[in-house]
Amino acid sequence: MYAIVAGGGKIGANVTRSLLQMGNEVTLIEQKRDRFEALEDEFEHQVQRGDATELFVLERAGIARPPDVVLALTGDDEDNMIIGQIAREKYGVPKVIGRVNDPRNQPHFDLLGISPTICATSSVMALVEHEVPEHDLIHLLELRGENLEIVEVQIDGDSPSAGRSIEALSLPEGSRLISVMRGGHAEIAVGSTVLEAGDQVLAILEPGKEDELRRVLLRR
Amino acid sequence: MEGELNALVIGCGRVGSAIALQLHQEGWDVTVVDENEDALSRLGESWPGTFIVGHGMDADLLRTAGIEEADAVVVATDGDNTNIIIGQVAQKRFDVRCVVVRVLDPARAKFYAERGLNTVCPTSVAIDRLMDAARTCAIPATAPEETEEVVG
Repeated sequence: MYAIVAGGGKIGANVTRSLLQMGNEVTLIEQKRDRFEALEDEFEHQVQRGDATELFVLERAGIARPPDVVLALTGDDEDNMIIGQIAREKYGVPKVIGRVNDPRNQPHFDLLGISPTICATSSVMALVEHEVPEHDLIHLLELRGENLEIVEVQIDGDSPSAGRSIEALSLPEGSRLISVMRGGHAEIAVGSTVLEAGDQVLAILEPGKEDELRRVLLRR
Repeated sequence: MEGELNALVIGCGRVGSAIALQLHQEGWDVTVVDENEDALSRLGESWPGTFIVGHGMDADLLRTAGIEEADAVVVATDGDNTNIIIGQVAQKRFDVRCVVVRVLDPARAKFYAERGLNTVCPTSVAIDRLMDAARTCAIPATAPEETEEVVG
């Protein structure tokens, strides 16, 4: 696989090292002179100096081949979006991965079709939500391309769904229960599965259906 | 004020401030956004329009600045990539019909112009004007002699 990595900070440098160790061909692009020189000691000809939003810099790195994947990992969201757009739309790079530095810029990445994205802040927040739940409905995974998300719901003794079978619940349109975790074991949820207090239920649903699902399962 | 056109100018440097002042003179209702509060001084002693301190990438700020009612958005911060992203957000997310974006790099200006963004590239304009000036300088020195030779 051939990959171009834009941005040689901590993330870009570590990703480059890992990709090389896996036997891939990689070109890393870094703009800052001091950072570039440090990277050059380790990566030699596999790092190039330049602004990865400049077309000639990308072309020098071989974007016209095109690479199998471009990773836009700079510390600047605007740059990452531009790199992603140019890679995909001008050079037909089949896969682009964008780093989101400021989670408030996520909608801009979505608007411009830069997907998948990775955002450290959002990942940390999702972990915090999962490990220290303040909510009865936890977001586990967002499938942006599919416009679906997977959530976890904790059923307790007061929940109207406790003691009822799934087929007897009127789940909102655009939602399904996937599995039920009980006593350390998970089972695929089927119509005849009866929910109990203490169950952890995984559900897949369209974004925006959380409140309806919460009402049916938890009446909250 | 009914019927007045609304303009949003993002970036209040030399270019943005001059555009804001001219649009105001031409009767537009102008809102200016800049990250730096000091940029307001570029608009003169008594700027009658709105001035908002903040970043043009902030969608909430754009709404506060009235982007949803804007007839035209001019993006002229000092960052090409920032301008291109804000321009696309104005066009694709807020459906502003007239979006003009300053892009200094001719390559990126061309690529995004091909994709339907109204980019203006001062670098290309400068190159064209300088070339024209250089060509017209050369003509009086050489052209008359050649003409005489041909006639003679």
